Amino acid sequence: MDEAFAEAGKALMAVIGSPDKVRPTTQTVITCQANDPEQLFVDWINALIFEVAANHQFFLRFSVTIRNGVLTATGFGERIDPERHETAVEPKAATYLMLEVRQQPDKSWIAQCVVDV
Amino acid sequence: MNRKLVKQKSEYRWIVERAGAMKVDGVIFASEALIAGMDDKVAEQVRNVAALPGIVGASYAMPDAHWGYGFCIGGVGAFDPEAGGIISAGGVGFDIACGVRTLHTGMKVGDIEGRREQLADTLFRKIPAGVGSTGRLKLRPAQLDEVLANGAPWAVEHGYGLPEDLRFIESNGRVPGANPAKVSDLAKQRQAEEMGTLGSGNHYLEIQQVVEIYDPKTAMIFGIEEGDLKISIHCGSRGLGHQIGTDYLKSMGSCAKQMGIELPERELACAPLNSDVGQSYLGAMRSGINCALANRQILTHLVREAFDEFQSSASIRLLFDVSHNTCQEETHSIDKKPRRLFVHRKGATRAWGPGHPGLPAEYAGVGQPVLIGGTMGTASYILVGTAESEHMGLSSSCHGAGRNMSRTAATKQWNGKDITRQLAGCGILIRTRSIRGVAEEAPGAYKDVSEVVEVSHKQGLARKVAKLVPLICIKG
Repeated sequence: MDEAFAEAGKALMAVIGSPDKVRPTTQTVITCQANDPEQLFVDWINALIFEVAANHQFFLRFSVTIRNGVLTATGFGERIDPERHETAVEPKAATYLMLEVRQQPDKSWIAQCVVDV
Repeated sequence: MNRKLVKQKSEYRWIVERAGAMKVDGVIFASEALIAGMDDKVAEQVRNVAALPGIVGASYAMPDAHWGYGFCIGGVGAFDPEAGGIISAGGVGFDIACGVRTLHTGMKVGDIEGRREQLADTLFRKIPAGVGSTGRLKLRPAQLDEVLANGAPWAVEHGYGLPEDLRFIESNGRVPGANPAKVSDLAKQRQAEEMGTLGSGNHYLEIQQVVEIYDPKTAMIFGIEEGDLKISIHCGSRGLGHQIGTDYLKSMGSCAKQMGIELPERELACAPLNSDVGQSYLGAMRSGINCALANRQILTHLVREAFDEFQSSASIRLLFDVSHNTCQEETHSIDKKPRRLFVHRKGATRAWGPGHPGLPAEYAGVGQPVLIGGTMGTASYILVGTAESEHMGLSSSCHGAGRNMSRTAATKQWNGKDITRQLAGCGILIRTRSIRGVAEEAPGAYKDVSEVVEVSHKQGLARKVAKLVPLICIKG
């Protein structure tokens, strides 16, 4: 699940712009807590949206650890540079639409929701 | 849409018949073509809203309706607090008070001939737009609370605009009852540097040319002539509104569960109007409306600065400013009795008819301007509210074109540079910090706004006054 959440974070960045153009010069610590994995996922995506909107951070990758409903993550990135990062759209919020966090029979995880932009 | 989900009652009126938990019928305004293009989910979401506590009249969907979160985009629903009625964050949406402001310039197209590029560049330099853009205002929390409580009048008092601007904004630029204390610190932090910014996505500032007049008498009263240059600004409450939506969707989800309100979709999260959570959201959402109205007022000031720098004879005045993502307290005649209702319009425009006491005196004889945004390659429309819209759909009309394709699909089909070049060939200058954003917003990714407007007109939800086409588009 940790890796699925980290990959979803990267997917969110790809909605905003081109994360592969980001230089990992800053480290941002993010924590969230929720009773169920689906709410935790929505909170995680919304926490990232907040970092982009309020602190102008854009991330290349994430390290995520989830234990007993507490998510602790570090985002590796830098301040947004709209031209170099080829930004297209700012997300408004994670929604509950198509929200799903589950483990598949092959032990891999799916973590998804629709993001309003 | 599967035709079995609706019954056609007249050419442009379709019913989703009351069944199961529905407390009222659903009503969809659409042509055959628009109904055919609508997702089945629109009917499902109309049904879901019809089942919410305290709904009055019907659950409506405007001609531009499409699948949304909880309520469909284009959805209208009114709730009576004295009958257990609810308020829903999903019924307003994340972009609280997103709306359109249209400005007169006092200029004709010929006045910028040969200088269009210069005007486009000047506006692009002046208007903060796109991801990560910040405004010149940096507000401390206490200052932001003043904005949230006072809306556009705050902006005017601080030098952003003219006192006479306020009369041509819904609610004179300030909705009463805002409670900034009910807006989270996170929301305020998101907004600290975003006052006076356009945003991104489908938000824009356009220089437009009036190309057709449908109703000369109303056009004259609105101050519209063929060949006029107008300016339209489409944006909302920025990060503050988005965060209010996020915060209350979560708290309302818990509240609905505690109150035993069954939610077929989590995005329908709601709370009784007469509850702590309901009242808190109302205070926060009204703060969001005031934030949006102040934001469009500051942008208007920046437009005036741009035209001063451009050295034109422009006289920038407001035609009107109307939001299309709100919940407003209104009195409506239901079964010939006046009732105080809270009307959610999510991607729908209030459209008051002639004589409504809330209209500026100049427009009282004809009705409210209804501002419908198009795409950067098509047209926008100015309509006017009608008397009959009151009983048809609680004085509501459409709000825009609505997407018919995802952003991913659009970027696969179009290239932003090609779109920009093609539009330049048609006389439309695009200025943007995001070429990918242009591809995502390609005109072909949207429905035909003309068909949507035509249905609103023929059904009488609002009547066509004028058509405008873009000459310059500053894309968010």
